[in-house]
Amino acid sequence: MNFILILASGVATGTVLLYATVGEIFSERSGILNLGVEGMMLIGAMSAYKTAAATGNAWLGLLVAMLAAGLISQIHAFITITLQADQVISGLALNFLATGISLVLGEGLTSLRDVVPHLPKFSIPGLTQIPWLGGIFFYNQSIMVYIGFLFIPLAWYFINRTRPGMHLRAVGEYPAAADTLGIRVYLLRYLYVFVGGLLAGLAGATISLSISPGWFGGLTTAGQGWIAIGLVIFAQWNPVRAAFGGFTFGALRRLVLDLQGPATILGLANPFYYNVNYGFFLKMLPYIFTVVFLVIGSREANRKRIGSPAALGLPYIRGQRGL
Amino acid sequence: MADISSKSASGWKFPFRIKIENRVDNPPKWLSPVLSLTAVVVALLIGALVIWLGGGKPWAAYTHIAKYSLGSVGVLSDTMVKAIPLMLVGLACSIAFRMKLWNIGAEGQFYLGAFGASLVVLLPILPMEAPKWQFILVTALFGMILGAAWGFIPGFLKARYNVNEIISTLMMNYIAIEWNNYFIYGVWSESGFQMSRMFQKNAWLPRLSDLAKRWPFFGGLTTHFGLVFAVLAAIILWLILSKSKWGYEIRLIGDNPRAAEYAGISIKKNIILVMMVSGALAGLAGSSEIMGVVHRFQGAISPGYGYTGIIIAWLAKLNPLAVILTSILFGALILAGREVQPAGIPTLIQGVIMVALIASDFFYRNRVSITRQVED
Amino acid sequence: MNTLDHVVDMRSISKRFPGVIANDQVDFDLRKGEVHALLGENGAGKSTLMNVLAGLYKAESGSIFIQGKQVNFGSPREAIDAGIGMVHQHFMLVPSQSVTENILLGLTEPRFRMRLPEFNKKVTEMADQYGLHVDPEAKVWQLSVGEQQRVEILKMLYRGADVLIMDEPTAVLAPTEISELFDTLRSMTEQGKSIVFISHKLQEVMEISDRVTVLQKGKVTSSGINTKDVSRADLAHLMVGREVIFRVEKKAVQAGETVLDVKGLKAINDKGIQSLNGVSLNVREGEIVGLAGVAGNGQNELAEALAGLREVTEGSVTVNEKDVTNKPVKLGIRHGISLIPADRTHVGTAPNLSVTDNVIMKNYDQSPISKGWRVISSEANNYASDLKEAYDIIVPSIDTSVRLLSGGNLQKVILAREISSEPKFMIAVQPTRGLDVGAIEGVQKLLLAQRESGAAILLISEELEELLTLSDRIYVIYEGEIMGEISDGDINKIGEMMTGTPLEQIEAEGVK
Repeated sequence: MNFILILASGVATGTVLLYATVGEIFSERSGILNLGVEGMMLIGAMSAYKTAAATGNAWLGLLVAMLAAGLISQIHAFITITLQADQVISGLALNFLATGISLVLGEGLTSLRDVVPHLPKFSIPGLTQIPWLGGIFFYNQSIMVYIGFLFIPLAWYFINRTRPGMHLRAVGEYPAAADTLGIRVYLLRYLYVFVGGLLAGLAGATISLSISPGWFGGLTTAGQGWIAIGLVIFAQWNPVRAAFGGFTFGALRRLVLDLQGPATILGLANPFYYNVNYGFFLKMLPYIFTVVFLVIGSREANRKRIGSPAALGLPYIRGQRGL
Repeated sequence: MADISSKSASGWKFPFRIKIENRVDNPPKWLSPVLSLTAVVVALLIGALVIWLGGGKPWAAYTHIAKYSLGSVGVLSDTMVKAIPLMLVGLACSIAFRMKLWNIGAEGQFYLGAFGASLVVLLPILPMEAPKWQFILVTALFGMILGAAWGFIPGFLKARYNVNEIISTLMMNYIAIEWNNYFIYGVWSESGFQMSRMFQKNAWLPRLSDLAKRWPFFGGLTTHFGLVFAVLAAIILWLILSKSKWGYEIRLIGDNPRAAEYAGISIKKNIILVMMVSGALAGLAGSSEIMGVVHRFQGAISPGYGYTGIIIAWLAKLNPLAVILTSILFGALILAGREVQPAGIPTLIQGVIMVALIASDFFYRNRVSITRQVED
Repeated sequence: MNTLDHVVDMRSISKRFPGVIANDQVDFDLRKGEVHALLGENGAGKSTLMNVLAGLYKAESGSIFIQGKQVNFGSPREAIDAGIGMVHQHFMLVPSQSVTENILLGLTEPRFRMRLPEFNKKVTEMADQYGLHVDPEAKVWQLSVGEQQRVEILKMLYRGADVLIMDEPTAVLAPTEISELFDTLRSMTEQGKSIVFISHKLQEVMEISDRVTVLQKGKVTSSGINTKDVSRADLAHLMVGREVIFRVEKKAVQAGETVLDVKGLKAINDKGIQSLNGVSLNVREGEIVGLAGVAGNGQNELAEALAGLREVTEGSVTVNEKDVTNKPVKLGIRHGISLIPADRTHVGTAPNLSVTDNVIMKNYDQSPISKGWRVISSEANNYASDLKEAYDIIVPSIDTSVRLLSGGNLQKVILAREISSEPKFMIAVQPTRGLDVGAIEGVQKLLLAQRESGAAILLISEELEELLTLSDRIYVIYEGEIMGEISDGDINKIGEMMTGTPLEQIEAEGVK
């Protein structure tokens, strides 16, 4: 086993989670829980692939993916913000709808494997020379991985150190207070649900056009949208922690899948090599890890008494009595 | 509409005023079912639009669905076969959702239920020649136990560590599939195929067609004994939720957990308990599907029953008796939808129904009146 | 008086909520540099009227003039831009953000990057100018209620507000803090600001205001009269519409055996901070014991700990000599402990459930309402109907969801439930908050009746007047410690203790 390679592909896989997780962080920070990430990612993956296949331009695919997922996120925004429905159930509904749409529109895309262009992969000269880290982070990675590196600090900075970021936090913590100061609560919530959609679409496109290219129906995302929602809790609504969680998770995922490769591990016979069926237990691990991450995140939040954004999941109604 | 045309273009005003107010009284009893029905109709219209946009023939698709799901006694029986697991998972979701416990894991609990029933035959727990009634009871029991165990895990994690149950139950679904695969591909694989051996006939749940010898009318009808489980479960659950102390506790926790705590009701205990009952119901669905329809342990035994259960429960307004009806509707959709192309259409229609349903709740909570705009 | 002198002029404002007319053709005006009190009972429509002025609500009819110019606010932002700032009763501050961040919220400056150090300095300067001292870098959740109020005022001044609306600003303050606040308000009017002072407390209105407008059930009963021209009794009459009895009748009751005995109680609050620091107190049969203190000094935690809802880390609670420390809530209920929680909607009731479901919360598993595994709905309904009758709960039917009830009726539901369980020991937390005079009187009479029938009652309130009226003895709590116990109703001593001076020290130094 080549650990550098495993970690490097972990970074690639983690990038997908990173975008989806940070997207959900934006949405939740504004007070809207959107459980439709998986569906939105599928929309993204499908429309990216379909567009790239039709136009031969992967970048155009990426753009269409973001817009398509952003657009569909607005259904959830309308139902939860304007119609004030329960966010959990609306998010689930969005998932069904988005999954259904992707399956219908994605019909027949699977066979197009060879004609669809991918997003570029390259190494960053100089940085690859850094021992260990160079090989993990900067060698022959997708351009989406590098964009992800830049994106993390920007997202963190935006949320914590800028005026719009402060408004975003206020809307998610205490919308009535934000409203009295002229911050447009409804507009911002729509906006950040849209941002969440854009990033979920981006995550989906990153899968289908770069990290593991192709369209395989529901298997394209294989629950990564749900894992991303779990990571938001682990990350405690902080993009930097989301990156850490995403990369760690990606690496673990790769590691367990690659465990089946060698005949011996550390000189011992590898049971996964000799009995292929043990592989099913390896496949469970990413999902078990998600639950473990959740336990860790929840316990830490409990200890430090950090909670979710105070208004998360609650509709805001201006002018209601008892405001 | 004379007043519209009489106005100049610049001074045009929307001629009606739409007024939305929170209801200050309990809405009439008929409103909720009427709204749900309207939502379904609207959803079907939207679905038709989507199919038409996709180049299909919506009317043909819908008549096809109706004909091949409700058109004759034979297909009606097949619809019931699809409706049985849906009823049980719908009930599983109903009890959990009543407590605002978002069990999205009925799918995984269904898989484990199937595994539990298979244990009885394949381990084996009952001897090959055990009488049928023993198989009926013991497979149902094992299905429920395994399903409950699968529900216990996220329930415990929520009660103990406050782990979000939406994510954990969903992860448990993926884990369940791999768990079953290990046995399907490995332990119980029949000469390398991805399935177990066919179960012996005396282990199968009885079907209507078994009665054909005495009453030829039932010949070829596939509806199985699981229907009895499902209807019985619905009645029991209805009794629990609307008549029992425990049902009252669930209702109270669902509406306001802090008030429940203040009334001395243990929330943690109830989280675990409700998750287990919910899991047991979904497990029973899995076990009856295996014993009544599939008759062997294999993969791909569910076209997403566990997820459809969420919609079914919601459409039934979490009322166990209404779940029976909504399950039949979705059973028809799933049965006949198999042949509709492209394959995603049933999922799409389910999604549209659910979106329309949730949106329709707005009219339940608010009074919307449209009046002619009066001149200022 | 020429209307051009008016900073604010509101004419025949009407505002309706589903089921109620909150403001009915209300006129209100404000002159430059004055404190104009808006007096009325809870629910009279004072806050609604001012929320209309602050752009939060839109009136159905009527017009507003600011400095003689007609305005039509579509949002709070527009009101703020026109110089109207409102300090709400529930502070509009984001707890997880710093003081400076809260002050800058919603402004266009800084444009993008939060240059916090620079703005911290600005905030400090402004705070010094008005004597509103507060640490700009502190997070709001770390501040006391009084400090949070200062942040709210600063927030409005920073926006250049000329008109400051203060909604019940004294409700949460200790007496000394109230006089500090009044000093601040006076210094602001001297600097040319105009202030609307919303209150239902006659005493304070008489003390601080130049003029007063009285609202009663959404209508103006007296508009802009000079405060010095009216008497307290006049105002009370205008406010309530009938002669007000200022004192409910309290019979002499001989206190009996000790029912509640608390020794050295310690507990931590939700933020993990020690909020009870060795509280010891006792309540006897037939006695109402008051617990005075500024909000957030451990009163809620104490109530929860006594009812078994909060873990006790040290110390003991006994009721009728039975140890109930850290025992299940249900056991406490069986031993006759009853709690009227401060938060009626979030703790006391289940808003979407019916009146019936809400009144059986404590005895749904007791005969005759329950038999075996069942809840007998006919019994439950009878029980609910009886209580509806006995406590005069005004509701269309016992199947109505309680979220549709008014505050007073909701409190009656809770009281009916708690009193009908014939408790040995009752904890009443802010039982009259937010109710109108009629309802307050009703609640107070019920508590006194309980006292006469021999219950031990711990009354936790921030309303000193109420405590003095009802209590036989009063403890004062400050930062989770009991400062002392008073049975002569000495309001000065109570005030001193509320700000953290122990009784021994006060007695040693002599009251100023």
